[in-house]
Amino acid sequence: MDRQNNVLEYLDHIVTVYPDKNAYIDEKEAYTFSRVYEEAGRLGTRLLKDGFYKEPIVVFMRKQSCTIAAFFGIVSAGCYYVPLDEELPEYRVELIFQTLNPRAVVCDASAAAVLEKINYQGKIYQYDEAVLTERDPVLLQNIRKKAIDTDAIYIVFTSGSTGIPKGVVACHRSVIDYIETLSDVLMVDENTVFGNQAPLYVDACLKELYPTIKFGATTYLIPKELFMLPLKLVEFLNEKKINTICWVVPALTFISGLGALEKEVPRYLRTVAFGSEVFPAKQFMIWQSKMPETRFINLYGPTEATGMSCFYEIKEEWKPDGVIPIGRPFPNTEIMLLTEDNRLAGDGEQGEICIRGTALTLGYYKAFEKTNEAFVQNPLNPNYPELIYRTGDIGTYNQEGELMFLSRKDYQIKHMGHRIELGEIEMVLNRMPGILQAVSLFDQEKKKIIVFYAGEVSKADAVLYCREKLPRYMVPNRIEQIEQMPLTLNGKIDRLALRELYKNKKGV
Amino acid sequence: MNELLEILQDLHPEIDYDTHTQLVTGKVFDSFDIVTIIAEVNDTFDVTIPAEEIVEKNFDSAKALYALITRLMDED
Repeated sequence: MDRQNNVLEYLDHIVTVYPDKNAYIDEKEAYTFSRVYEEAGRLGTRLLKDGFYKEPIVVFMRKQSCTIAAFFGIVSAGCYYVPLDEELPEYRVELIFQTLNPRAVVCDASAAAVLEKINYQGKIYQYDEAVLTERDPVLLQNIRKKAIDTDAIYIVFTSGSTGIPKGVVACHRSVIDYIETLSDVLMVDENTVFGNQAPLYVDACLKELYPTIKFGATTYLIPKELFMLPLKLVEFLNEKKINTICWVVPALTFISGLGALEKEVPRYLRTVAFGSEVFPAKQFMIWQSKMPETRFINLYGPTEATGMSCFYEIKEEWKPDGVIPIGRPFPNTEIMLLTEDNRLAGDGEQGEICIRGTALTLGYYKAFEKTNEAFVQNPLNPNYPELIYRTGDIGTYNQEGELMFLSRKDYQIKHMGHRIELGEIEMVLNRMPGILQAVSLFDQEKKKIIVFYAGEVSKADAVLYCREKLPRYMVPNRIEQIEQMPLTLNGKIDRLALRELYKNKKGV
Repeated sequence: MNELLEILQDLHPEIDYDTHTQLVTGKVFDSFDIVTIIAEVNDTFDVTIPAEEIVEKNFDSAKALYALITRLMDED
């Protein structure tokens, strides 16, 4: 596979090596590599014959093996996939459709009703029917010959502070770059058995989906309800002999915090990678002491730089006051820590974490202004165009030269492994009839999203409204009604006063 | 029981806990809810729910959960 320029080359190759091995396994079905390959080609043929090319195709399906085959099918047609999920509320799906205006959607039975409700007028493919099409290898090959590695491959939507989700567009080149370097760090090979936790509508699932077709590994899509039952979750890992997991931190602390590791240890796990937020030291120490032979790797990176950008393998015995570093960038990626006056931060100085390299995605879909705010000219290079991505994360280097995360420049938070703009929650509530103003805070310690609002609406109604309009991980964990928003002297909302109010209400 | 219902109402005011019997199997709860419930039950009733008791049948209804709490309090 020299000079690879398309992710499907992984699949083309692996299907000749392990045609009958299981690639993706869900609760009901196991997909072999040849089945993934075949159905992807069939769906691709169908899309091409119907005139779809170089455009977004939405995949609106439950998390299951065939959803992944649908992704590759869309890529085979030279299009890019936009994964959505039945979990997303109708309102959000509608917002995303307004941005995308997709001409085609691939769905399963569960999604059809939602499409009808939002009055979607484009083409709807039922996956099962679409893959009855006969594969046309010549047609697919011709499309592939024309493909270049900066073609878009997917769009994933993340929370937007103005209330409209942002669609991050990635290309083949950045995904290939990521998968090659990540696989080295995780030491993936054909014996790797992944246990996938991340939803398929976020870029976190790249970690399992693509190394699986690169090496002929196997990925189990772990049933979601197991993430409510800690001991059963560990038993599942053991039963399936899962040896590699890349999970968000809350999924790991869920197991250790509820005492499941005292009862049973995941015996086959040799690599545990985690990300999305800081791993509390006390919880991490439980994992480390129960599994001394396992590699633990902290991953860090924004969706805008395709998956993860930095890693830190924890080799030392952890201490209760230790903070796990972000570490160092993957090969072929550079981290620039820029001060407010655009210098590289010196020893002990703080700066914004900025990313340079092939890893950068193409930007936000149909949002040039937003793109230009975050993807900017490298201020250290005045000589030719060169983009860097400004993450909005503030960091510093520790004495060992490892990058450490400190805080955010804005109101973005990480909650339950998801990246959330508090502003988006506020925008949604501000639109609710009867609400004068809503302000959202995050209780970092208790990991709770708090909302204060003024207006003639009952608390229960406000919660119900949020549940209807927001993905469940964005629904406030606590809502408080107040008479009037406290203001600062220059008339802005006084967030510090609200925080005090919350502290007092909490009785701390 | 009222104290427990208060905890649960706070999480999902839209649910009728008197009649709902599939809180876990019907995916009303998510992992965040389970963690919150266990922490609040610990604060309110001073009982720790051990990992092996975090199973569908103990969390599928408010009644079952209350029965579990009572049992654990008695065992103390």
